[in-house]
Amino acid sequence: MDVFSSLMDGFATALTPMNFLYAVIGVVLGTAVGVLPGLGPAMTVALLLPVTYALEPTSAFIMFAGIYYGGMYGGSTTSILLNTPGESSSVVTAIEGNKMAKAGRAAQALATAAIGSFVAGTIGTALLAVCAPIVVEFAISLGAPSYFAIMVLALLAVTAVLGSSRLRGFASLGLGLAIGLVGLDVVTGQARLTFGVPLLADGLDIVVVAVAIFAVGEALWVAAHLRRTPLQVIPVGRPWMGKKDWKRSWKPWLRGTAFGFPFGALPAGGAEIPTFLSYVTEKKLSKHPEEFGKGAIEGVAGPEAANNAAAAGTLTPMLALGLPTNATAAVMLAAFTQYGIQPGPQLFESQGPLVWALIASLFIGNFLLLIINLPLAPLWAKLLQIPRPYLYAGILFFATLGAYSVNLQAFDLVLLLTLGALGFMMRRFGLPVLPLILGVILGPRIEKQLRQTLQLSAGDPAGLWSEPIAVGIYIIIALILLWPLLFKLIRRNRPAAVPAGVAATRSGASEPTDASGGSASHGSHRATTGGDGDGGG
Amino acid sequence: MSSSPTLASRLKGRSELGVALLLGAAGALVIWDATRIATTYSQSDPVGPKTLPFIVGGLLLVCAVMLAVNVFRGGKGEAEGGEDVDLSHPADWKTVLPLAGAFIANILLIDWAGWVISGTILFWGSVWALGGRNYIRDGLISVAMSLLTFYGFYLGLGINLPAGLLEGLL
Repeated sequence: MDVFSSLMDGFATALTPMNFLYAVIGVVLGTAVGVLPGLGPAMTVALLLPVTYALEPTSAFIMFAGIYYGGMYGGSTTSILLNTPGESSSVVTAIEGNKMAKAGRAAQALATAAIGSFVAGTIGTALLAVCAPIVVEFAISLGAPSYFAIMVLALLAVTAVLGSSRLRGFASLGLGLAIGLVGLDVVTGQARLTFGVPLLADGLDIVVVAVAIFAVGEALWVAAHLRRTPLQVIPVGRPWMGKKDWKRSWKPWLRGTAFGFPFGALPAGGAEIPTFLSYVTEKKLSKHPEEFGKGAIEGVAGPEAANNAAAAGTLTPMLALGLPTNATAAVMLAAFTQYGIQPGPQLFESQGPLVWALIASLFIGNFLLLIINLPLAPLWAKLLQIPRPYLYAGILFFATLGAYSVNLQAFDLVLLLTLGALGFMMRRFGLPVLPLILGVILGPRIEKQLRQTLQLSAGDPAGLWSEPIAVGIYIIIALILLWPLLFKLIRRNRPAAVPAGVAATRSGASEPTDASGGSASHGSHRATTGGDGDGGG
Repeated sequence: MSSSPTLASRLKGRSELGVALLLGAAGALVIWDATRIATTYSQSDPVGPKTLPFIVGGLLLVCAVMLAVNVFRGGKGEAEGGEDVDLSHPADWKTVLPLAGAFIANILLIDWAGWVISGTILFWGSVWALGGRNYIRDGLISVAMSLLTFYGFYLGLGINLPAGLLEGLL
């Protein structure tokens, strides 16, 4: 079956009245929860997971599609109307968006974000529908060795590339992998890290882990540092745009989409880099560069489009390879396994109708977002004023409910609190949470591929690089891991290339008694001397 | 460094060393647990159930040591910001501990007293811990929330949350 007819079948499934209703519920719930401060898309999906348990998988995933895009959209509303952004992908949107809102142009900022999200989401979803089957075709020919390498790449790339401290990223990854080990080993049936507790034999439920780390950890963390003076919410009417705004927005939307999708589809994608690139590009290309920093509409349109296109891009490796590359996709993948659906390249074959219904409902959800959210924006803005005690008590309440309803045992709540405390500690000490979640989800699957690989090669480690794709990926992994080292070497060998300002600050930080330090203090005046001094030292 | 006052002064403000300690303990635990797995080499599973635990434990131990070194050299993890987060004041344990208390009360009560009672205590206690002082309104909302979720889960999702003490009434 070709893409188009499969997609049409998907639409036929997704547009049955009941499924359409679930899409609407998903979009509204996703936006409502996503708008609430402190609740990002990943936590939104995690908290709403139990709501979908009673549904059959297809309906559940149609609802997830709505929640996914709705949560994304809700997040941008928050960052435009409040002063501080909730998640890293909307940091850039907040720069110009909040300035626009303060200048009385909140309606236009929300409109360009909503329409830009729609444009980028639609193009991104179309690219997903086209690309995913191609990736599958390629992936289906891969054996366990390549698969193992790809998963290792995804884990290491997310850990090493994102976040400010690689060391802390790896610490978080280690904790995640350790949590993933708990339970009976699938091959030999040996108990690992269960400490004789029978309740641990099945391993930790991924829903419990996700809800604990995202929701409980976050609620406790915010509670410890709750802002006592509430943020100013900027009131807003119905979003609309004038002719001039359209003219200034459409190109940034398209460019943002072009940045967002490929980055989202990469194993270490994420939305931070493309939103930032889009912002810089728009600033450079704008006919009104003086407006940047004071509320330029291009600075909202581009990054918002990039953000949503990246969200669609992320689904490509998730559906085609079973590889989640951001927190939201990781939680959705957890939902797949909850339904007993095996993620991976076989997904399109074994669950074709479900996957295509999911993709079709992404289109539908996108469209619904546009027509529901433009009129509802003032209502969403009111949600931002919800009293904080109710908001965070509510998060804890629903987190408890969600984790408890999985197995109906109080023991899960003990785990929830323990892992919630871990999530609190990670936020306090700057350990990123994404590597942990990916470690929990991918750890067991990596182990399975590793064992299959060595089983095929009868224990010979050379089996790991028996496929050319695997070798290529190991080279990429080596480059990612060695990058900081290489970077240092390049800088040392070409000292003149170091800008004077950087050289001055770097030697200024080193020993003040050093002779080169003295000369470097004049580095800003005599760039060559400062640079040489740094290279010699 | 050898005498205790200097050690104390070096440790001051370095609570992040606790993270290194935790990582180290976790690593040691994972490795210890792996060593006691009894398994024979099998042709069909040359990797066995011990390999990954050793790798993970090793990773945790290496991270623990490197983090400790990093902290002693003045490295610091960046605390996470957010919409409602104000990092200018220190952690407010007077909020967090009662919050955890409400959570634990729920764990202890849920199977015996049932979700409607324990959920009410959880929500009301959390609101109180977070600074809500409108006791009657908070209480009414708490009861409404747990009743709604109880019936919502029962009727809408087919999940029977425990009724506990109120069995027969609900």
